[in-house]
Amino acid sequence: MGALLSVKNLTAGYGETVVLHGLNFELREGGITAILGANGAGKTTTLRALCGLCRRRGEIEFDGKRIDNLVAEDVVRLGVAHVPDGRGTFAAMTAEENLRLGAYLRRDRDGVAQDFENVYTLFPRLKERRSQQAGTLSGGEQQMLAIARALMLRPRLLLLDEPSFGLAPLIVQEIYRTLRTINQQTNVSMLLVEQNATLALDLADHAYLVETGRVVISGDSETVKADETIRRSYLGY
Amino acid sequence: MAEQVKTSTTSTVAGQPLSSVPLVKSATAQIQAVPLPRRLVGARAWGIGAIVVIGALLPFALQNFYIFQLTLAMVYAIALIGLNMLVGYNGQVSLGHGALYAIGAYIAAILMNSYDWPYWLSVLPAGVVCLVFGYFFGLPALRLSGHYLALASLALAVTTPQVLKHKALEQWTGGFSGIVLSKPEVPFGLPINQDQWIYFFVYAIMLVLFLGAYNLLRGRIGRAMIAIRDQPIAAEAMGINSAIIKTSTFGVSAFYTGVAGALSAIVVQFVSPDSYDFFLSITLLVGIAVGGFATISGAIYGALFILLVPNFAGELSKSAPWAIYGVLLILVMYFLPTGFAGFVRMIGQRLSAMFTR
Amino acid sequence: MDALLHQIFSGIASGGIYAGLALALVMIYQSTGHINFAQGEMAMFSTYIAWELIDYGTPYWGAFFLTIVFAFAAGVAIERLVIRPFHNLPVIALIIVFIGLLVVVNSTASWIFGTTLKTFPSPFPSEPLWNNHYISNHELGSIGVVLIIVAILFVFFRYTTLGLAMRAVAENPISSRLVGIRVSWMLALGWGLAAAIGAVSGMLVAPILYLDSSMMGGVLIYSLAGAILGGLDNPWGAAVGGFIIGIMENVLGAYVIGTQLKFSVALIVIVVVLLLRPAGLFGRTVVTRV
Repeated sequence: MGALLSVKNLTAGYGETVVLHGLNFELREGGITAILGANGAGKTTTLRALCGLCRRRGEIEFDGKRIDNLVAEDVVRLGVAHVPDGRGTFAAMTAEENLRLGAYLRRDRDGVAQDFENVYTLFPRLKERRSQQAGTLSGGEQQMLAIARALMLRPRLLLLDEPSFGLAPLIVQEIYRTLRTINQQTNVSMLLVEQNATLALDLADHAYLVETGRVVISGDSETVKADETIRRSYLGY
Repeated sequence: MAEQVKTSTTSTVAGQPLSSVPLVKSATAQIQAVPLPRRLVGARAWGIGAIVVIGALLPFALQNFYIFQLTLAMVYAIALIGLNMLVGYNGQVSLGHGALYAIGAYIAAILMNSYDWPYWLSVLPAGVVCLVFGYFFGLPALRLSGHYLALASLALAVTTPQVLKHKALEQWTGGFSGIVLSKPEVPFGLPINQDQWIYFFVYAIMLVLFLGAYNLLRGRIGRAMIAIRDQPIAAEAMGINSAIIKTSTFGVSAFYTGVAGALSAIVVQFVSPDSYDFFLSITLLVGIAVGGFATISGAIYGALFILLVPNFAGELSKSAPWAIYGVLLILVMYFLPTGFAGFVRMIGQRLSAMFTR
Repeated sequence: MDALLHQIFSGIASGGIYAGLALALVMIYQSTGHINFAQGEMAMFSTYIAWELIDYGTPYWGAFFLTIVFAFAAGVAIERLVIRPFHNLPVIALIIVFIGLLVVVNSTASWIFGTTLKTFPSPFPSEPLWNNHYISNHELGSIGVVLIIVAILFVFFRYTTLGLAMRAVAENPISSRLVGIRVSWMLALGWGLAAAIGAVSGMLVAPILYLDSSMMGGVLIYSLAGAILGGLDNPWGAAVGGFIIGIMENVLGAYVIGTQLKFSVALIVIVVVLLLRPAGLFGRTVVTRV
């Protein structure tokens, strides 16, 4: 099975600063891949580079098509949904309007209605708060909203930037359980960026460790979890 | 500085501009005060000294009309420093400084006309009244930012001529016709003419005020002002009392502009409500934009600019100066956000780099 | 009593004018998050175009329609050429650009079209309805047009996908791109629509105030006050705000502060509203958790 996403020699950065120095990784369809690393390693930059939100060079192939010369709006149209760091919710709009925006590109009204149902089933709290202004939702609810909005695209690939950031452990576990359910139910591929390695390794089947813009370790998550040197040097336990 | 502008606006991919990561950049990231390398300071001190001396000698070399023009330029320069403090250094947008200029001018004119105060005594009260007014306008301004402050100050600018024409104040303000003042006499029997005396009077005040501004802006308070402009939350966290600094900046800025207004009344010997309309506020804004935000020398360049452009452009057509102002405002913001002063500094740095190979 | 009624109706009539331009301001604000200080001048310029067309022989409604198209195109052009490059720059720079735009449009209009006052025709019959002496047909008709635009805008922003997308872009351009919205098109569209609305407003104002380059100057201040009072993100609110300002201006002007100080009404309203309730009477207050 060919890779859904394949990245070769990705360099990226902001302004004069280069953050990624030739990154290589790939993701197979239906899989969950984690990108781990410390602060500043370039994890968020990787996701931004995939979407075209920062300067980048390299070969990025999604579903056999080169996307490294596309702008964000066009990458989205190929079925890539990005849940950015900081959630990126439209704070002034209601939760429901946020979800409607997630479905902006969709033309099939029945499908969209169905997805609303699905999303509300996955995240019952959002259903309760659907007429509430998104900015007044709690951190966890906003994260759920951000994920739900991404799902409204019916994406083939979901990019998640630090979904655990700033959230209480119980909420994080709930979110991660839901992510697993989503992957199992719809087979949507996920690329997950996390600082919290344990969480990520429990969910993902494959992991890449990034240090100062380069992949230093790659392997399936069981191996990475089990390897003591890796654990001690990079994961801190 | 030029490099920074290029990166954020001309990089493109597939014809669409790439937005770089939204780092929490300052409100005036492109127009920060340009720092000076140490070795230039000595040379700069000599340069400034030379200019001061030349300035003192100029009135003896020029005809009265040009002396008058230069005096007016100096008055504008004082107003521009005032405005720049608020907008350039402290990041609070005001479209209403014309109103402060007007208040200063009228206070001085009324003191001279209705109460027979000597001209040299009426400058300070005008400044003080404006300082108080500015401080109190700064209080509600704390809650407004960006567009909203601009809007409120715009409304102030537009209201001022109406207030000045109002019947209730007519016995002091002279209503529509304004107030005509008498030209200051040369004191102590000095061997110079009136225009030269007025020049020196304004010159002395300008030097004092510039020195004051320099000390203020280069010191701790100036840095606090800039910190508030660039990273307001961090500034508060560092212990800077934002509210006091912002309102005080408004006050000091108003003081300078009020003094300038008062001086303008003395120099021109005439005040009338319609000279202080919204377009005056725009003119002052053009002055600091072209001269250079957050610079002191920018006030001089800006003043010369706003003095000379109407003279030349007026020859083309009546509306030409304004068209030029407008176009320049836009072009300067895009190509030269540090203004002419920034341009001069850049050249100075290039030259000094060349000479220290 | 009769005099008071006169003032009130006069105020409603003026209010209709202010509401019209206020809607253009709302359009720009809702689609870009900015206040376009040059909106009035753009409207004035478009009205001159209409005048030239009519003077040339075009029938009123033909000129009306063509002017709206022109205004839309001009709005898009200005957004692309003048505003777009300053997109990423700080608010101060943008405000200065708007002021620059105001000045350029105003002076260009003076230069091209001259400074003599021009009369502008009204599409409404001149015999006052029921022979009343409070409000003219034109003023009534203008109010009607304004209310229609309000309704259209309200439905547009609240219930259509396009309207939702435009609001999204104004609030959070990056997230908008991440859901696939073409941000640049939305901004251009917003400007085009705002300019078109402004043109309509200008063409309704001109028969009353007479056409010259300073026609919209005062209107802008009152419209800004009205939009702030009613809420920059609510078309109904801005329109109502415009009417309230119109009435206040006239009644206060006649009975309290005198006609000379009318702008101070706008100033006080703006300052008071921004301090006490920045979202305006009908706007949505946005609460953000830190």
